[in-house]
Amino acid sequence: MMSINIYAIRAIYKAEMRRFWVTIGQSIISPVISTSLYFIVFGSAIGSRIQQVEGVDYGTFIVPGMMIFTLLTQSVSNASFGIFHQKFTGTIYEVLSAPISSTEILIGFVGASASKSFIIGTIILITSTFFVDLHIQSPFIMFAFFILTCVSFSLFGFIIGLWADNFEKIQVIPMLVITPLVFLGGSFYSIDMLPPMWRDISLFNPALYLVSGFRWSFFGISDVNISLSLMFISLFLLICIFIVWRIFATGYKLRS
Amino acid sequence: MSTIIQIKNISKVYGKTHVLKDVNLEIKKGEIIALLGPNGAGKTTLISIICGLVNKSAGSVIIDGFDNATNFRKAREKVGLVPQELHLAMFDKVVNTLHYSRGLFGKKRNEKHINELIEKLHLSDKKNQEIRSLSGGMKRRVLIAKALAHQPKILFLDEPTAGVDVELRKSTWNLVKQLRQSGVTIILTTHYIEEAESIADRIGIINKGKLILVDDKKTLMKRLGKKHIQINLANPIEEMPQKLKDLSLELSEDKINLYYHFKDKKEYQNIPLILQTIKDCGLNINELNTSKSSLEDIFVDIVNDEY
Repeated sequence: MMSINIYAIRAIYKAEMRRFWVTIGQSIISPVISTSLYFIVFGSAIGSRIQQVEGVDYGTFIVPGMMIFTLLTQSVSNASFGIFHQKFTGTIYEVLSAPISSTEILIGFVGASASKSFIIGTIILITSTFFVDLHIQSPFIMFAFFILTCVSFSLFGFIIGLWADNFEKIQVIPMLVITPLVFLGGSFYSIDMLPPMWRDISLFNPALYLVSGFRWSFFGISDVNISLSLMFISLFLLICIFIVWRIFATGYKLRS
Repeated sequence: MSTIIQIKNISKVYGKTHVLKDVNLEIKKGEIIALLGPNGAGKTTLISIICGLVNKSAGSVIIDGFDNATNFRKAREKVGLVPQELHLAMFDKVVNTLHYSRGLFGKKRNEKHINELIEKLHLSDKKNQEIRSLSGGMKRRVLIAKALAHQPKILFLDEPTAGVDVELRKSTWNLVKQLRQSGVTIILTTHYIEEAESIADRIGIINKGKLILVDDKKTLMKRLGKKHIQINLANPIEEMPQKLKDLSLELSEDKINLYYHFKDKKEYQNIPLILQTIKDCGLNINELNTSKSSLEDIFVDIVNDEY
């Protein structure tokens, strides 16, 4: 019978979450302030000129994009830092010498990172209701996207954390890849508002499929088909699982 | 004593460098074995392979009947490791890090055991402090406590007293002896020969990736150890008389001491003859001193022979 080291999963999860709760003020206040700033800058300043996008108030329209942006950056940062920190300080020796399978290590680290992102995402959602009148059309699809995004990008962050051998490397992907992709993936606009050439180029941006699918679950409007969005996020999750599996199988950057 | 760890033909290759070459070793239940060797000899690599931190290139490790590769859960749960460096989550509280370590090894939370451990390692007043606020010696004790949190049968100590003061070194030795009494098998690497001499039952010497020898400490010292007599003369001499040279005596650089090294009973029986010959040569003896080789002398001899 296959045994599961549930105590180990719990230990890793709790230790990772402890870091989050220790900086609870920063963890909660920071997303609340950023969200409020987005509403002031985009919602009030720009929103007063745009009014509505595809029948939705501009301030309300940007909520899903804003959430996806935060979920992606937080998931990647949290997960990459969690494992990288252990590698950097050398404390990873304990995890590697313990009777834990790769899957259990993954559940502990990625589970904690996804939980943190989920909490922050929920805070943003709640904060949004203070600024706009929010109605979610398909709560179950929204919840599925929410969870899938937290988990798959935490997995992606975990891969970056394993790959990185200095602090610069863990900053590079969130800053230079994820942020531009999400900003250019229709987080604060519909790609229908772009000139045809840029609209076509945007279709090659993977973040567009996430933002679009998530927005569909809120308002029933999207830039691309919802099935395509679901396929994209599922495929991304599978690719990340495959890479992590290979990393553990070969011991890449973990065991010499 | 039954075997608790069986190391068979372990090799480790990094690129073209052979860090470990076909190492075979059996560790007996309840013993303290010290692995001695110069820096870079392969001691830490061997420990890391046994504990699962480093992949071996060849060979196998059986821990209490379980292969550490194919049955890693059963094998690893029996092992505790105290690393050489102070690898600690500095912002964790002492008590939390101990519960964390216990959990990692699949053991249910046990306040009683953790509190006993904290007390045993004299960390009671630091229990709720962040690790970063502790002294170096205290941090090392936390590392030992972490390795013992899941009540392992086998404890690996990689250079446990490197860079610690004499008091802490002695208290660590006492702790190791106590653990052995409670049935824990202890494997330690060190380059403090005094440490091995003081606490180990058996000594293994590793050099250039090879396990040169493993023997009972007493047997080793008996087999390879030498005794020495220092004969301090009343006056310095210019040259040693041929008769004394023939008896294998050595003259010190300051020309005032004669040395005789002996190992077995036969050589020991030469002593009266040596003393008589010194007298016959017209030399007066001021003082006689005897001493025997330390483990350090034996180690240096063995390692030097290898080079």
